[in-house]
Formats: sequence, C-alpha cells, structure tokens
Amino acid sequence: MPPVRDIKQLSEKKLFALEKRARDIRVDLLTMLEAAGSGHSAGPLGLADIFTALYFHVLVHNPKKPNMKDRDRLILSCGHTVPIRYTAMAHAGYFPKSELATLRQFGSRLQGHPEMTHLPGLESTSGPLGDGSPQAAGLAYIAKQEKLPWHTYCVMSDGELQAGITWEAALFAGRNTLHNMTWIIDRNNIQIDGYTEDIMPLEPLVDKFEAFNFHVIEVDGHNIREIVDACAYAQSIYEQPCVIIAHTTPGKGVDFMEFEPIWHGKPPKDKAELKRALTALRTLNGKIKAGE
Amino acid sequence: MLIRSWKNKNTLKHVPTRNGYGDALVELGKTNKNVYVLSADLTDSTRVQAFKDAYPDRFVQMGVSEQSLAAIGAGMALAGKTAFISSYAAFSPGRNWEQIRTTGCLQKMNLKIAGAHAGVSVGPDGATHQMTEDIALMRVLPEMTVLVPCDANETHKATIAAAKKKGPVYLRFARAKSPVFTTPSAKFEIGKAQVLLKGSDVALIGCGPILYECMLAADQLSKLGIKTQVINNASVKPMDEKTILAAAKECGCVVTAEEAQAAGGMGSAVAELLSEEFPVPIERIGLQDEFGQSGTPQELLEHYKLTAPWIVKAAQRVIKKKR
Repeated sequence: MPPVRDIKQLSEKKLFALEKRARDIRVDLLTMLEAAGSGHSAGPLGLADIFTALYFHVLVHNPKKPNMKDRDRLILSCGHTVPIRYTAMAHAGYFPKSELATLRQFGSRLQGHPEMTHLPGLESTSGPLGDGSPQAAGLAYIAKQEKLPWHTYCVMSDGELQAGITWEAALFAGRNTLHNMTWIIDRNNIQIDGYTEDIMPLEPLVDKFEAFNFHVIEVDGHNIREIVDACAYAQSIYEQPCVIIAHTTPGKGVDFMEFEPIWHGKPPKDKAELKRALTALRTLNGKIKAGE
Repeated sequence: MLIRSWKNKNTLKHVPTRNGYGDALVELGKTNKNVYVLSADLTDSTRVQAFKDAYPDRFVQMGVSEQSLAAIGAGMALAGKTAFISSYAAFSPGRNWEQIRTTGCLQKMNLKIAGAHAGVSVGPDGATHQMTEDIALMRVLPEMTVLVPCDANETHKATIAAAKKKGPVYLRFARAKSPVFTTPSAKFEIGKAQVLLKGSDVALIGCGPILYECMLAADQLSKLGIKTQVINNASVKPMDEKTILAAAKECGCVVTAEEAQAAGGMGSAVAELLSEEFPVPIERIGLQDEFGQSGTPQELLEHYKLTAPWIVKAAQRVIKKKR
C-alpha cells in the first residue's frame, strides 16, 4: 500500500483565513462572470467553500508546478461550474487574477468549459456531464495498481448523477475498491429545468451509493471545517471509494440568487446587478455593515 | 510486400484481422509497461485473452459498459498510460462516441479504440452487430487517427504503430477469416498508402479485408487488358494525399472499396480530396445507405456487392466516364 498522506488538522486561525478567502473568491467570481457576460452563477457560488477547502488546505499541489509528479488529482466533472475553479486557481497562484477577466473570450485560456490543453492545472476537459467520475476512476485505478501516493478527487453535480455513465463508474470503483478516490457531490438540488427531485429524483442517494460499495459521508457544503474533516476521513477509509455528499445552497452568499434555478446558467446582467450581489456578499445579506 | 502466391486464394492462410491485434498486444506488453488493455466483456472474441494471460496486472475487465470503457481508459491515459479499449465496433465507438470525442480527442489522450466485428462479414449475428458507420464516425473527429488494416499481418503492424502514435487512434477489425496476402515485413506507416500493383487505366483504392477483392479484381481486369493500379489505403486518416493524387493523375479514374457505409467513409475521404484537388470520375464501393442482415459472410459480401466481380464492373463503368 502506498504511504497515506494525512491532511493537517485545521486550526481556528486557518479556518478564519479560509472563510475570508472563500468570501473574496465569491467576490472575484461574480466580478468575472459579469465581465464575461455569460456563464453560470449559482453552482460556482455554491461550490466556493468546497474549492477553498480543496485548494487551500486539502490538496497536495504546487501552482508553480502544475504537473508536479505526485500531486493530488482534482477532476471537475460538472464543467459548467468551472468559474469557481478558475477563481480558486487564480487565488492559489496558478495564474494572475487579472486573467480572470478574459473568461469565455476569444483566445482566452479560460474557456467556457474547462480545457486541460489550454490551461495547465485543470487535469481534464469537461462539460458533457458524467464524463468526470469515470476518468477519476481511471486515474485512481492506475494509482492503486502502481502504488502511487496521490489521491483523486472528483467534484460533480447532483444533476449529472442522472447520467448512466456515472453508475458505470460507480460499479467499477466499488468492484476495484478504489479507496484512493473521493467523489464530492454538490447536492444543491437544482438543475437547468428545475429541482432534481421533480426532474428525475435521485433520492435515496445515500442508499444508492452504499449499494455500490461506496463509503458515504454527508456534510454541510458551506462549513469548511466539516469539508476538510470529511476529506481527511475519506482519505483514511480503506477498501472502499468514498463519496462526500455536500449539501449546498445554490447561489450561496447572494440572497436573490440563493435557491433560484434561474441563476443556474446566467451571470449578473450588468454592473448594477453585480453591485447588489457584491453588497449582499460583503454584508452577509444585509446582516452586517461593510464597505463597498 | 505481397505474398508471392497471392493470386491463389486457396494457398493463402485465412486468419481474422483481429488476431493480429491480439498478437501485437502481447508483444507490446513485453516492451511497453505503460500499455493497459481494457475489455468490455468481449475478451476472447476481441482477441485480448492472450494479453490478459501474460499481463494480468495490466488487463482491466470493464463489463458491459462502453461509455466508461472509453472514459476510464482516458482517465488511465491522464495518468500517463496507453489504454487500448476493446469491444465490438457497434458498441465502441458506436455507443461511446461522445466520450471518445471529449475524453479522447479533445484531451489528446493516448486512447486506442479497437473496434472488432466491423462490416457485414460479421455474418449470422445480423445488422445490430455489423458496424458499418464507424469509419465515418471516427474520421470526422479532430485529433483522431483512423486505421483499417487489410489482413492479420497488417493489423499486427497497425497495432504497434497505434501504440507509438501520440493521441487517440481508431483500429478497425473484421470478424471473419480473411486471406493473409501481405508479408510480415511489408512496411506500415501511419499516413502512408502503398501501391500494391502498378497500372495506368484505373486505380482501385481499398482498405480492410476487401482490399484482397480489389487485388482479385485487378487480376481479372488485367486479363481484359485493363492496366489496374491497386492502393492500400489503410491509413484512412491521416490519408496519404500524395499517393492518392498521383494515382488519380496517372489513371484518370478511381474506384474505392470498403466494407462500410459509402457515405462518410474512406471513399468519401478520397472523393473529398479529388473533387478539390484533381476531379476524376469515381465510384465508391460500400454499403449504399442500408443496414446488413443475417447470413454467411460470403452471402452477405455478394449481396451487398462487395466482392471482386462487382469491383470489376465498377472499374469498367468508371473507365467509360473518363473524358
């Protein structure tokens, strides 16, 4: 068995810093989306805390050496939420924050859906839903087979669990006991056409994954300590792949975007709407006073 | 290049092209530790059992799951491996085209798609298992290399070449035994066509086992005084445009032959090239917008006009169209 790489305990000080980082990432995310004029708002906002935890505490990675040999692999399966990954990567130092403004523009490395051949550090190209988890399984299979030390994470949406290929990958992961792989499901209950349980119900989700031989962990997807602890726990589980079902609020942090499926696929429409969104973020939806 | 007694079909060994794939994988497994072979519940019939026996640690059983066959193979390629994914062409690339597009081609992965049981010569299994649209499906994909070897010897070499070539490659095999008429030492190079017979009246351009029918047709045509050139166009993509154009210029007319839909196939690739660069009369032998059915391979090849006599007729027609 390859050496287990432990995730450090999260100190109170670091937690506070990560929470501030997540807020800053949300601000840059919305600013980028408004500048791009297209892109998804709700999913990326809901994933901000998870990506902050991953890039700033959980993952073994090096922004200056994106192809570092034994880095952890982070596959983003739901490619449409890539704005949050771009923002987190810029914050981590993969590229200058100024490049965020090029999102979705001609010639940009920040393609509308992520392309590994355009931007180092992306690990895969995604967009067509369902293709991420099997690729994560392929990566994890090789790492397990060849006793490599890295862990493979796959962030996926709940909507894409409706794709059959996800369950092909789950069968494969269970059969091959890929304990070096963790799926993180953004359980925000929305998809383009409405609520998942109206469109094509996924529940009981925990039972489904257990039946596929996954170890299931449920967390509040906005509680960074819970996310970090869940990842540490997932990495310690032996003989089973893990799935972290992260309960998230779509549009998290911006009151008029939260829980609204209409914000799945669009950015703030203009500077005024962006300002309202940023004010909501900076004032915790009006609960506190803060600067612009 | 050619087995000396190629004209005498009965003296030739008859071997399915897929056997060349299986043999080459065992050879590759020895020299290239990065080669992994994935099978979607068709280990024996796609001829990867020998690899499984020799290198069980690098053989992966996928079960009946062609979409993840491609995507998990691509995931292994992300980890630096060369993944050969084995199934019937009707299912892979028939069922997993999008995964091949996104995870194989767009990502430029070392994903090698081995599609067995292509063409109507699959026989009694019928239309569901006789893949005839695969060349068109694969040829249209950016980054994809498409190889359609003509016999088991060439399939062996194509498999080795596919492993060396960076990026996704589609390898197409047939089910039925077919004559081995090229030598093991004959050169195979991706992007190169070989002129097997020289001639200046008509050029027959084929790929896959039907190429042997082109050879027989050329022999018959030569007895009628028609000097016939035969070109092995196994590298459908990238195609050897220089050799094809030279043949069109020399002969002034062309017949293409493949055991696949004429629409979008190898013949279409030739027609696209010639209509842009040097238009000459052309006939395309292949499935004419129809599916196969049950029958013996020979019955089906004759029914769908994929045998030497039909190639002879096409050649005679196309020669008449010359100005």
